[in-house]
Amino acid sequence: MPDSVIDRIDRLKAELGDRPTDDFGFDPESIKPIAPALHWLYRHYFRVEATGLQGLPAGRVLFVSNHSGQIPLDGMMIGCALLFEGHPPRAVRSMVERWVPTLPFVSTFFARLGQVLGTPENCRTLLEQGHPILVFPEGVRGINKTYDKAYELQAFGHGFMRLALETRTPIVPVAVVGAEEQYPALWNARPLARALGLPAAPVTPLFPLLGPLGLLPLPVKYRIRFGEPLWFDGDPHDDEARLGDKVSVVRDAIDAMLQEGLENREHVFW
Amino acid sequence: MRIAVTGMTGRFGRLLAQALHRKYALVGIDRRAWTTRPVDVEMHQVDIRRQRCEDVFRGGGFDAVVHLNVMHDPRASSEEHHTFNIRGTTRVMDYCVRHRIPKLVLLSSANVYGPRPENPQFLTEDAPLMGGTRFSEIRDLIALDMCGQSFFWKHPDVETVILRPVHILGAVKNAPSNYLRLEKIPRLAGFDPMIQVVHELDVVRAIEAALLPGVRGVFNVAGCEPVPLSDLIRRTGAEIIDFPHFLAEPVLEQLWRMRLTSFPAPEVDHLRYVCMVDDAPFRERTGYVPAHDLDRTMAHLALSRLAELR
Repeated sequence: MPDSVIDRIDRLKAELGDRPTDDFGFDPESIKPIAPALHWLYRHYFRVEATGLQGLPAGRVLFVSNHSGQIPLDGMMIGCALLFEGHPPRAVRSMVERWVPTLPFVSTFFARLGQVLGTPENCRTLLEQGHPILVFPEGVRGINKTYDKAYELQAFGHGFMRLALETRTPIVPVAVVGAEEQYPALWNARPLARALGLPAAPVTPLFPLLGPLGLLPLPVKYRIRFGEPLWFDGDPHDDEARLGDKVSVVRDAIDAMLQEGLENREHVFW
Repeated sequence: MRIAVTGMTGRFGRLLAQALHRKYALVGIDRRAWTTRPVDVEMHQVDIRRQRCEDVFRGGGFDAVVHLNVMHDPRASSEEHHTFNIRGTTRVMDYCVRHRIPKLVLLSSANVYGPRPENPQFLTEDAPLMGGTRFSEIRDLIALDMCGQSFFWKHPDVETVILRPVHILGAVKNAPSNYLRLEKIPRLAGFDPMIQVVHELDVVRAIEAALLPGVRGVFNVAGCEPVPLSDLIRRTGAEIIDFPHFLAEPVLEQLWRMRLTSFPAPEVDHLRYVCMVDDAPFRERTGYVPAHDLDRTMAHLALSRLAELR
């Protein structure tokens, strides 16, 4: 791992001054132990190609991305792109589920890495403090879809638009091409998922056929494209239909970048 | 400005009196005596629930009442707690109305929101008061807080201020100060929530700010910048003992029953979940800024520990 990664983490730490963590418990130092693994995944396993990182707005910003691949490695890679290649390096914050704070160790680990409980209040606070936030408005509908729906954007939630309007935050659409193929789910065993209390139980060509080995994500090539920032004006408490029109603008922007990315890629694995 | 302070003989009441007696004419009301009080503090030894107490208010000519006469003894019976706290508070409210006292300051606590996994990082004043769902002893304080809120609406001629400070640290005897004064501090393994604490003198300053004419309403009061619990413990220099969370509560419950601890079991949720507040409205309205940072607050706590050891 190059020294520049450590320098980038130190830059984030310097922003905190002499405080041990920020208000949410984020401590950039905590990234260091896992930085080599992240860097290896980013550079050598998924060989991420990130474009559009120049000219991203400084200060608060909402990154809105498509969501795919059964486990949120797409979020992790977007975070890595902004940390390893952003100008300046940025620690993007993402939102965790409501049960995460009840888990010992996991709750602390996530908090130290800058993951925040997903409530509208927390998003607002983070944005007002000038942090970048990553959201996946498709939620589980997107990440757990089966492979026959690959690169079909699912319905978008409207919450992010309300937040953007309320806090006057620019939205940067992000398209991730590649993650769909890391676990091409043929079937979602819903009864099993329900029994285990999981959001989904995907069956892929390799899992459960190859046992634990089948759990490894395929070494697909990730292409992450950051789009032009979009600014919206209007009443955050407008009716859903009017908000929906604005949400569609973002969704269409992501869709266009996805289709372009798919056309331009020559192969799934390189 | 002439101010009646109920519960002045308590640790916090004494602190408030010592800090403010040169600026204001203070009149203490408490059923306990305080013989070593500053000479310029007038004291009435009377139970707030007694009829005789009204005489103090009748001829008092008070400009404000600071109501601190709230029992926080988790060992006291819930009935005694309830009658003392709720009846005492409603009495004080009656006196304010009958004797035209223009200001009432109530000291509630940010604990009324309760530490909960689904709490946003910073709770605002309109967040629901969920502290009682797991910890029944706090219901009194919630009831008191709500009493204050309904009084606020019913009697607009009295400026009612309800303050909800975060964990108060200092010479006071409360769960967070007692906890951080321990020599070996137990913690829940794997949990390290962000915590806000406030120096006891900053709470006095907040009360003083609440006395400003025109200030009314419910306000959160935060102190130092939030830090992880582990950082707070590290600053005390105490040894940390990690307990698995699923053991901590049953064990603590047994210890409590055997009177071996002063910490009620449900309070361990404070070591697990976040219960922090946003106090921007109070700062904007009154200009309140805490004067003590975390270093000074923790140094003050360490001093109080030394004093206790002596």
